[in-house]
Amino acid sequence: MSTLTTTPPGDATQRVTVDTGVLDRRLATHVSLGQTVAQTMTLAWRATMKMRRNFEQLFDVTIQPLLFTAMFAYIFGGAISGSVKDYLPIIIPGLIGQTVLTACVATGVQLREDMDKGVFDRFKVLPIARIAPLAGPMVADLIRYAIASTLTFATGIAMGYRPGGGVLGVLGAIVLAIFAGWSLAWIFTWFGTVGKTAQGVQGISLMVMFPLTFLSNAFVPTETMPGWLRAFADVNPVSHVISAIRSLANDGQVTGEVGWALLGCAAVIAVFAPLSVRSFNRKM
Amino acid sequence: MHTNDTLAVHAEGLVKTFGDQRAVDGVDLQVRRGEVFGVLGPNGAGKTTTLKMLATLLPIDGGRAEVFGHDVSREGHVIRQLLGVTGQYASVDENLTATENLLLFGRLQGLSRADSKRRAATLLEQFDLTEAAAKPISAFSGGMRRRLDLSASLITRPPLIFLDEPTTGLDPRTRGQMWETIRELVDEGCTVLLTTQYLDEADQLADRIAVIDRGVKVAEGTSDELKSSVGRSSLTVHLADRDDLVVATTTARALVGEDPVPSPESRRLSVPLERSEQAVDVLVALREKGIGIESLTVQKPSLDEVFLALTGHAADSDTADSDTADTDDSDTDDSTTLEAAS
Repeated sequence: MSTLTTTPPGDATQRVTVDTGVLDRRLATHVSLGQTVAQTMTLAWRATMKMRRNFEQLFDVTIQPLLFTAMFAYIFGGAISGSVKDYLPIIIPGLIGQTVLTACVATGVQLREDMDKGVFDRFKVLPIARIAPLAGPMVADLIRYAIASTLTFATGIAMGYRPGGGVLGVLGAIVLAIFAGWSLAWIFTWFGTVGKTAQGVQGISLMVMFPLTFLSNAFVPTETMPGWLRAFADVNPVSHVISAIRSLANDGQVTGEVGWALLGCAAVIAVFAPLSVRSFNRKM
Repeated sequence: MHTNDTLAVHAEGLVKTFGDQRAVDGVDLQVRRGEVFGVLGPNGAGKTTTLKMLATLLPIDGGRAEVFGHDVSREGHVIRQLLGVTGQYASVDENLTATENLLLFGRLQGLSRADSKRRAATLLEQFDLTEAAAKPISAFSGGMRRRLDLSASLITRPPLIFLDEPTTGLDPRTRGQMWETIRELVDEGCTVLLTTQYLDEADQLADRIAVIDRGVKVAEGTSDELKSSVGRSSLTVHLADRDDLVVATTTARALVGEDPVPSPESRRLSVPLERSEQAVDVLVALREKGIGIESLTVQKPSLDEVFLALTGHAADSDTADSDTADTDDSDTDDSTTLEAAS
């Protein structure tokens, strides 16, 4: 038949044997929960390597807290609370809310960027949990929220802020801020999974991020707002998170606001996590 | 479709539609274990789309496919454990070093940290990347990326490897290295399914070839079978004496029943052959006439001619046909395709 065949038939038989040996591997029909967690942590490691190599990706949680804390405190301090020192207990928790929310926006934008990259094509053909490439970066971003909230507190303390809640209160506030960041990140993760381009995701995320931060009690007491605005600011989960951070850091008390904040975060997760997972799976 | 144990890939009537367009329109493929199977076709023919469906990257719109007896549509997770896929573009992480990339993919597929490290070191060695192991991918050349990409597909030693245009965009030397690597894979017992738009690549590597054009399989067989199915061989004799050319031409014409093509300047005569054995008849007849021959060659038609005969157009003339999943190769130099095949 053919004269160009490169391998003699005997060789081919041997290959089939080798092949069968390879196929003796145990084939799983699905990914177990343990494997999903392990894969998520591996992809979280990948995301932290990326952060280390591209330090500018951390500007929003490093430079911004320093800059904004000083700026907002000195500009608004006198007007709102009479003095900078009196304003710090109000503005520091407010800025933590704002910085963490900014960090959340980056979560969605970076997910979108990641999905356009070649390495994502490989994730798609690997036998891994479909959710892991989404969950991994979200776990790694916990570090970003931690940096953002810790640095904001540190800047405040350097400027004369003395949190009445003590070390425990501040730590509690940081933990709450990290959890809130992770919860609210689902909103922007969803944008990341439905948006066509990273720029588009960034645009729509900022449009949502600004009202969420400014239409809250982050910078001014809501009592000064018109009724309709106040109605929104009072139900805004960001307001509750900031109130909860204030009560933890300033008074060291676990008030009802902490409960409301947790509930608000849970509600955001309940709505946006399934949406994100669904549209992400469609692309995986 | 009954499960066939000897087949690595068994596809029947595969269909993929993008809007109104049928990018893949009823393709059957049977890839045997341990062979290199080439899917040859121009840009936009549906090669990549076919491969993506088989790799669970695109849903199958019609027909069905099995990989080692596992249904591609229903057992995606099983399929992904059996496959290594290397696409046209390096799918590795730009932010990581070569070693870190291999560690990442090893760990993701359940290898222990130690095993991942060992396997990464072995693969980097095998692919001649040890010196670049700690360098960021951004410093890699095209060929190095391609090799790293292929090694990333091999971490768990998958029995079946899909190579989507493995040498598109590579310089000739790097292409040759890649071909060597692919041959080594087969020696290790892998089954390879590769797509290519280079006729000589299919000729060099593939045990069997399916020619795909506009989403339809137009031919299948070994390189030789394809060549003899359309083209004819030809005998070229280099005569000792130019004056014999006329007699030689008449003699050959009488035997094969067709007009030989003489080239007086180079004292050559090209005789079309219906069957290869006719070459002997022609040579015997020439000797009987006392015509001296300096050298001779028997040539099979090139795959290029095969392609032209099968599809009615040359291998590279179909770039206008858009296939949304297969348009990535626009950077390919079309002239290379023809050159390489001649």
